[in-house]
Amino acid sequence: MITINNRDKLEWKPGMTIKDILDTMGYTYSLIMVTVDGKLVDDDEYKTFKVHDNASVRVIHIHHGG
Amino acid sequence: MIRELFQRNVPGITERLQSSCIGIAGCGGLGSNVAVALVRAGIGKLILADFDAVEMSNLNRQHFFLDDIGKFKAEALGNHLRAINPYVNLDIQVVSLSPNNLKHIFENADLLVEAFDLAESKSWLIKNWCKLFPDKFIVAGNGVAGYGSFKSLHIEQAGNIVFCGDMATDMAIGLAAPRVIMVAAMQANAVIELIMEGSVS
Repeated sequence: MITINNRDKLEWKPGMTIKDILDTMGYTYSLIMVTVDGKLVDDDEYKTFKVHDNASVRVIHIHHGG
Repeated sequence: MIRELFQRNVPGITERLQSSCIGIAGCGGLGSNVAVALVRAGIGKLILADFDAVEMSNLNRQHFFLDDIGKFKAEALGNHLRAINPYVNLDIQVVSLSPNNLKHIFENADLLVEAFDLAESKSWLIKNWCKLFPDKFIVAGNGVAGYGSFKSLHIEQAGNIVFCGDMATDMAIGLAAPRVIMVAAMQANAVIELIMEGSVS
């Protein structure tokens, strides 16, 4: 089982990638940052980065303003 | 003078903050107010980087004054910080930050404060910082727009990235001083907390 943003649960499947998780969870916003167990994942690794079972994934939307 | 300036400080923090160097990327709404809070709290050294000049429209939320209009933000901010504490060590960089100069400008910083306005800029800064300095923290602002909704402001941490803000509002709805300054204060507070808990070497 994968935990997303400390609240949502997603059943883990072998070979599951960041892109699979984003697609399943319906994240389409372009300006997001993804961490797995506290480590930032590069945008160009979303299709290849395999998430392990019991991982904690954070998906954070970045907003304009400062 | 230093002793008198910080005599009301929380016991134990002045010495620790005096020996810390914090980078601030962007000296606008977030960066100028983070810098003021950190200097008042007793930070020893700041690296301030911003390419922009002060405009009238900045005065609704940024720590500048009418006399600053037309001056480079990093330099004008430096003047205000020295007016609070003339002994603060400032490295002022009037420069447009990019992935190419990030390391050179901030390599001596113990921690970086992300204080840009555009989301795309925030994104590249955080990603490049984490690649360049995987062991150093970055404290970012995310969601500062509008007014009210005080309870929506919070802190989220993912590894060495600390986000302060509501994680939701966008500047398309407008930026007003109270929420921008509150998020800047949250960032400064997070910096002090990280220093005091030993997460910043």
